[in-house]
Amino acid sequence: MPVDTMPTPAAAKAPSSGKPVINDFSIQVATANGSGSQSSNNVLLRSILQMGIPVSGKNLFPSNIQGLPTWFTIRVSKDGYIARRKVSEIFVAMNEETIDSDITDLTPGNVLIWNSDLRRTVKRDDLIEYPVPFNKLSWEACPDPKLRKLVTNMVYVGVVVHLLGIEIAECETALKKQFKSKQKAIDLNLNAIKFGVDWAQKNLVKKDPYRVERMNKTAGQILIEGNTAAAIGALMGGVTVCTWYPITPSSSLVESLIDLCRKYRKDPVTGKTTVAIVQAEDELASIGMVLGAGWAGARSMTATAGPGISLMSEFVGLAYFADVPGVIFDVQRVGPSTGLPTRTSQGDILKAATLSHGDTKHPMLIPASVQEAYQFAQDAFDLAEQVQSVVFVMLDLDLGMNFWMSDPFPYPTKPLNRGKVLTKDDLDRLGKFERYRDVDGDGIPYRTLPGNPHPLAPYFTRGSGHNEKAQYTERPSDYRNLMNRLAKKFETMRDMVPAPVIEADPKAEIGIIAYGTSHWATVEARDQLRAQGVPTAYLRLRGYPFNSQVAEFIDKHPRLYLVEQNRDGQMQSLLSLDMPQYATKFRPIRHYTGNTLDAAFIVENLRAQEKGGHLGETQWFGPRGH
Amino acid sequence: MATTTPAQPPPPPPAAPAPQKKMNRLGLPLEHYTGSVSTLCSGCGHDSITNAVIRAFFDYGIEPHRVAKLSGIGCSSKTPAYFLGRSCGFNAVHGRMPAIATGAVLANRNLIAVGVSGDGDTASIGLGQFMHMVRRNVPCIYIIENNGVYGLTKGQFSATADEGSASKAGHVNDQPPMDCCALAINLGCAFVARSFSGDAKQMQAMFKAALAHRGTALLDIVSPCVTFNNHEGSTKSYKYAKDNDVPLHEIGFVPFFENIAVDYEPGSTKEVTMHDGSRVLLRKLDRDYDPTNRLASIQLLEEARTQKELLTGIFYINPKAPDFTEQLHLVAEPLYDLPVERVRPPKPVLDEIMKGYM
Repeated sequence: MPVDTMPTPAAAKAPSSGKPVINDFSIQVATANGSGSQSSNNVLLRSILQMGIPVSGKNLFPSNIQGLPTWFTIRVSKDGYIARRKVSEIFVAMNEETIDSDITDLTPGNVLIWNSDLRRTVKRDDLIEYPVPFNKLSWEACPDPKLRKLVTNMVYVGVVVHLLGIEIAECETALKKQFKSKQKAIDLNLNAIKFGVDWAQKNLVKKDPYRVERMNKTAGQILIEGNTAAAIGALMGGVTVCTWYPITPSSSLVESLIDLCRKYRKDPVTGKTTVAIVQAEDELASIGMVLGAGWAGARSMTATAGPGISLMSEFVGLAYFADVPGVIFDVQRVGPSTGLPTRTSQGDILKAATLSHGDTKHPMLIPASVQEAYQFAQDAFDLAEQVQSVVFVMLDLDLGMNFWMSDPFPYPTKPLNRGKVLTKDDLDRLGKFERYRDVDGDGIPYRTLPGNPHPLAPYFTRGSGHNEKAQYTERPSDYRNLMNRLAKKFETMRDMVPAPVIEADPKAEIGIIAYGTSHWATVEARDQLRAQGVPTAYLRLRGYPFNSQVAEFIDKHPRLYLVEQNRDGQMQSLLSLDMPQYATKFRPIRHYTGNTLDAAFIVENLRAQEKGGHLGETQWFGPRGH
Repeated sequence: MATTTPAQPPPPPPAAPAPQKKMNRLGLPLEHYTGSVSTLCSGCGHDSITNAVIRAFFDYGIEPHRVAKLSGIGCSSKTPAYFLGRSCGFNAVHGRMPAIATGAVLANRNLIAVGVSGDGDTASIGLGQFMHMVRRNVPCIYIIENNGVYGLTKGQFSATADEGSASKAGHVNDQPPMDCCALAINLGCAFVARSFSGDAKQMQAMFKAALAHRGTALLDIVSPCVTFNNHEGSTKSYKYAKDNDVPLHEIGFVPFFENIAVDYEPGSTKEVTMHDGSRVLLRKLDRDYDPTNRLASIQLLEEARTQKELLTGIFYINPKAPDFTEQLHLVAEPLYDLPVERVRPPKPVLDEIMKGYM
């Protein structure tokens, strides 16, 4: 497993073997990419969830289709924590390429289930080991050599099922979910699991304390990826044009939408579709189509990641300058450049907020959960049309591509908000129309759509200088007025983007600010700090521009920590630009390894800074660092 | 003076005989198709194209509000401001008109999209988008106002400049030109034509034929730049174009709303019935040519290239190719104003989706 270059927290103590540890541990499985391990891991994940136990899964995978090492972590947490933990108590070693380094990195006391048919040279005497001849077993379990590799991974599911006490009936239910109605696949895989269980029963003696026990904490919960959740949101948000260019980790968002629209956005009578989904030639074209469609009145969207955001820069500036709506889902990955395409970060925050040349700023919605991904997807379409602007929905790989537990999503109750669009009748009534006049004093002008037959309706949209009547101009006052109107529009958005979520604590001198997927580790870190006698208050940002609650929160707490998953403190930059009076107040906690954030990292870093301690090489803060 | 009878309005003064204004079939005057005053150089070929567009749309009787004018960046891309002032327009970013046009027609398939681009905007920075728009057959009249130079940046060669053509500064272009017509035919474009801005009659007929077509209609119009590319040694000057223009045929057009029988000698004219029922009549000049034969069009353009001939005419038409909205199986109504019940599935659908993830 790749080890963080960050300092490890105090090594987890090996539990005394006598005392059982129930529903509170992590399992990590090392396999090769493309070996079908994703199905096996999902079956394990679902089986535990179906036993009523809170669970989360994180896939750490390479930028590769087949062969390179992959690690999947399942966290079982009776208390409902779903952030990654740095240490996994149980390790399943199935990949010859990494078996030695994986075993070297294990913490004393860990449980090791390993494929004894692989070449292993590293010896340890401080682990609880279960050697299993998986290759041999898969030969016996599956006579068909073509399917054998996939079945091998189901055999380890069987061994884990036996050792942890997972109910086999739940595996069967999970398999049915996984393979839908493909009975042959269900039977083949179930047999392999049962084969693993039987073998373990006969050949292994339980030496470790970890096991699961049925709870009732997950009744009615769904297990879903953030990208799928956002796609369902777009479906319910009434998207009519979606253009995209494939890029990890955003592709599955649009692919989910395609599947959903095939089923649910077809006219029952004609069989024709009510949505246009186009795979464009590149991101320049995809954003151009989004804006052409938004200009003509469609609810239009694209999904992309950092490199795509860079390419969209010029067009997004045009949208800003000419008041054109559109929605961009940015599923953030590690940059710069190609970076680590299959690893997570919050590295596009500053870029998205200020994308393009000249003075530009754009609203962002920042979901932390799959439910927010669903909700904000819908909100983004409303907001884009209300404020006639590109709206960014900032997911990240961790949210987008991992499975998360959630309550089922609620059906939307609000009607679609189509913004300030003037119809022919409106123009008849008003007798006057100037495209860029700030009639309402909120910086948001009225617009007409192409095709409106009223003689007052047509106007000319341009990325060059324009006055309130949309006429070409280079007059200094016209330019300044336009820029001021756009700035005012941005001010209006402060109370239109999702408000932050605040958990106050009157006793707390410490305030923590986090956003996006950093939320889950932050929640856990706060509980740990509280247990250590350090109460904290918490503000979770959910939108940009910031509303007044953010400044109040910063002002109120003597010591203010800002948790981010990037090196340069991109959200800190935005907060400092907006509230320069607090620019030196932020104490940064920045995680940037490509791995998802864990609670221990936050606790360690916060406590070290509380003591005025030095953070060593874990973080680089530049010359003004704390 | 008191009076019990209501005051009568004074009789109107004897009306001066108003000049008989010509109206089109919609009863609209030509002014409804003009735009603001051009700011291009006096004598610019682009202004002749603008006039031909105005005339063709007027004659055809297109409702101005149904037109969306799209353009990129450059001298050519400014022209949508100079025609159809009662239509909406979108002057986008350099080389990206096709993407804007594609998005607009997907949102509202009832729009008549007119995309104006230049040779730099299309063949250099925008080549990718041009090719993909053609490949998708996005319904749009795509006009390339082709002068072989960058005008707004003062006379650099573009990718359509001919090999051996000299710039105003005396440099000779040593790279081969991009032939956008040949490229478009290769990519499956179902309407490909070339004209010269000095031939108003041919341009107008072509624009009308393009209006009758459904899908991408490419019109590559050689349009001399009087300021930077109209000198001796240039192959895109007025003189060169006039001297070397070889019309392939004489183009006649009978719109669907005029039920006129046209007599022609058998074998002298090729007739093509367009998507909307209009007819394009191509009268033979020097050679037999069938513009519905794609292979023949490829050969024709290759021969013109080797002979350095400025061939103008309609090179290829396929009135039956499905356009992009058909390929996508879109509903007949424009997507942009479908009612909420057609774009937001009902609650049982969400329940069903949620059940699938439990």
